[in-house]
Amino acid sequence: MKKYVDTGMALVLMGLFILIGCLNINSYTLTEDSINEAISDSTKAEAVIASSAGMLNKPYSSKFTFVKDYKRSVAVANEQLQKDSSETVDEINAPVVLKSSIQGPVEKHTTLFLLLILGLFTLGTIFISFGQYIMKPAGIKNDHVFEKPLTSIGWSGILFCLGLIGFYIILYWYPYLLADWIKLVDPVSEYLNGGGADENFLYGAIYSIVVLLLGFKMFLKYRHSRYQQIRTLSVTFFQLSFAFIIPEILKFLKKPSVDLKNIWPLDYSFFWDTNISELIHNGKIGVFMLVWGLILLVIAVPLFTYFFGKRWYCSWVCGCGGLAETAGDPFRQLSSKKLIAWKIERVLIYSILVIITVITIVSVANYFSHNSILGSATNTLQEWYGFLIGSVFAGVIGTGFYPIMGSRVWCRFGCPLSAIFGIIQRYKSRFRITTNGGQCISCGNCSTYCEMGIDVRSYAQKGQNIVRASCVGCGICAEVCPRGVLKLENGPEKGRINNDPILIGNDSIKVRL
Amino acid sequence: MIAGGGLIGVELAEMLHTRDIEVTLLVRDKYYWGSVLPFDDGKLVGKHIEAHGIKILYETELKEIIGNVQGKVSVIMTNTGELIKCEFVGITTGVAPNIDFLLDSGIETSKGILIDQYFQTNIENVYAIGDCAEFREPVKGRKSIEQIWYTGRMHGETLAQTICGNRKKYSPGPFFNSAKFFDLEYQTYGIVPSKFSDEENYFHWHHPCKEIAITFVYENQTKLFKGLNCFGTRLRHENFDQWLKEGVSVDHVIANFSDALFDKEFTKGYLDDLISAYNSKTGSTIKKMKNKFFNFT
Repeated sequence: MKKYVDTGMALVLMGLFILIGCLNINSYTLTEDSINEAISDSTKAEAVIASSAGMLNKPYSSKFTFVKDYKRSVAVANEQLQKDSSETVDEINAPVVLKSSIQGPVEKHTTLFLLLILGLFTLGTIFISFGQYIMKPAGIKNDHVFEKPLTSIGWSGILFCLGLIGFYIILYWYPYLLADWIKLVDPVSEYLNGGGADENFLYGAIYSIVVLLLGFKMFLKYRHSRYQQIRTLSVTFFQLSFAFIIPEILKFLKKPSVDLKNIWPLDYSFFWDTNISELIHNGKIGVFMLVWGLILLVIAVPLFTYFFGKRWYCSWVCGCGGLAETAGDPFRQLSSKKLIAWKIERVLIYSILVIITVITIVSVANYFSHNSILGSATNTLQEWYGFLIGSVFAGVIGTGFYPIMGSRVWCRFGCPLSAIFGIIQRYKSRFRITTNGGQCISCGNCSTYCEMGIDVRSYAQKGQNIVRASCVGCGICAEVCPRGVLKLENGPEKGRINNDPILIGNDSIKVRL
Repeated sequence: MIAGGGLIGVELAEMLHTRDIEVTLLVRDKYYWGSVLPFDDGKLVGKHIEAHGIKILYETELKEIIGNVQGKVSVIMTNTGELIKCEFVGITTGVAPNIDFLLDSGIETSKGILIDQYFQTNIENVYAIGDCAEFREPVKGRKSIEQIWYTGRMHGETLAQTICGNRKKYSPGPFFNSAKFFDLEYQTYGIVPSKFSDEENYFHWHHPCKEIAITFVYENQTKLFKGLNCFGTRLRHENFDQWLKEGVSVDHVIANFSDALFDKEFTKGYLDDLISAYNSKTGSTIKKMKNKFFNFT
């Protein structure tokens, strides 16, 4: 069994080694074609071609110098374009220019490299899952999580955390450094939307592959539990289809490429003037997307949350939840259960909800008043929210800190949609986690493995139902409970919150708080 | 090498097993935990433990531990004369109150510290609870020394009231307990003896392909439900507490079994099979029920 796991780990590391190696084995030569690919407007493209004569057809080994020179060429071209009173090149689009300028092994054997890397990751995951789960009897498999350095903030956990943070910083602010990887997924992009890949496509592809592979692992880990299996299938399906493939097909059809399961305020730019204009200018389908987004927010969110709790979205549909419930599963025990964490959680999450609501109201007002209210200040607000919350919080901290703060950092402390769900779940819902009379033995597994940092045990000890705004209904507390004490349920609202500790089995006393 | 096949024995075996240490378990009875579980249930648990790679020797007792020159364990001898090499011996043959230090204190003791219904010893304001306490008059149907987790908690809860000035007598409800053997969960409600008397009858049901089993115990004449053991399924404490207090028949329990299911959502139900097996054994005509995935009532 250990042999299989070790082989799997070796395969995954080999894949990772080749993947990172791909970033360092190519050279970059700017050609007219690569400029044309990055700049669709022919006048602009010609201006850039003219201004970059000095670097054309000259191989660069460093991506930094290439992009520096290219930026200078664009600046020169822009000066000329301004003189001719034409439109200037606003977007440098460095990742795409660089990607189209690649020469070397990755460019010659793109598909081979892609298949090799995917193959190694897939085979590695299969080996690990078989060794860890299939070759052992079905059941909870959490042995040694607090001894392995990866899952207990040891050296490899910290290294993994730094790697993830580095990846997000590069992806968001220096995406051209990933040009070679963008090249790798070019064939997939061509196949799905008929065009080349960019850094967003790369991120979508990596995200989906991770959810798919580690979803497969999760599916086998919980092969004794249909709740976990169906839920894992659900998040994997929504990530692959709604978040990844459908938007690409929409792009192919020259329609707005929208993730139709993303809901405001998680989809923070939904009501921004730019988005509303884009959708409305796209005719019927654009208007449908606008109405669909509104229906999700106004009808689906309260209705489904009333019947099923926030879990219907957070751990069955959402992309952030999808990653947390697959890739994040080995780290769920690292979430802080301290009271101070709960206090910070409540202040942060509702503050972010208030902030995005204010920015959204201003944006909508701006749209209807044609930029007469606050004008450019709105753009600044939007940019700052996108930078601080959308990129730094949700990406760098939210995912980067999985190996240190657990798998739901963003969902727990940041997501404003989760905040809305939480308010409904706490005050008007049929969902609760029922505790089974006096059967709790205070072992604390439930609290340990709660990714939202809920102290489940303190409820179970007192025989109280767990009704908490933050509970995403992943159901792992009920899985790890050794005495069958916890059950996720939808039921009548009456008696859902029982604050009197009722200890079935001991008739000596009745405690009333 | 572990001597003693009870709850502590299997826990120790599990811990050693997670460290990839080979374990042999010596069990005195013909099947696992024979002093507590009926035959079918004990067989099931034993098989489950063996499936995890633990070697069990039944009807075997530890006779002698043989050390090496360093004074460490090297071999043990069983009562059948078999020699087994080992580096560690765990003795898990039962729990006994460790009260020697009280022998000269003036507190009356027998097997444990003798207490009344209020947990008070023969000396005023000195109380004893938990595994070491022995009731002079045990609560009806219960043991004089209660050595499980839940009774310990209930002793504490009740005595805390008395100490805080609200004097309460110990009056536990119907018996319940639970455990987990590797991946097999076990719950019990009411009284299920390991050997059935003439007045008692039982109905043992085993899932056709999964590790799920339930043993119902009832009075022969009246069909009064006395208790059950369940494995690999979760049942609701509240229902059984109520049924055992009300004194319902086993027919009633089977007919209303769906109310008491506490399995996770989407778990495949087994009620059809359980009810038809019960009907064919007892000649009852209990109607089948639909399994509920989601509760919409």
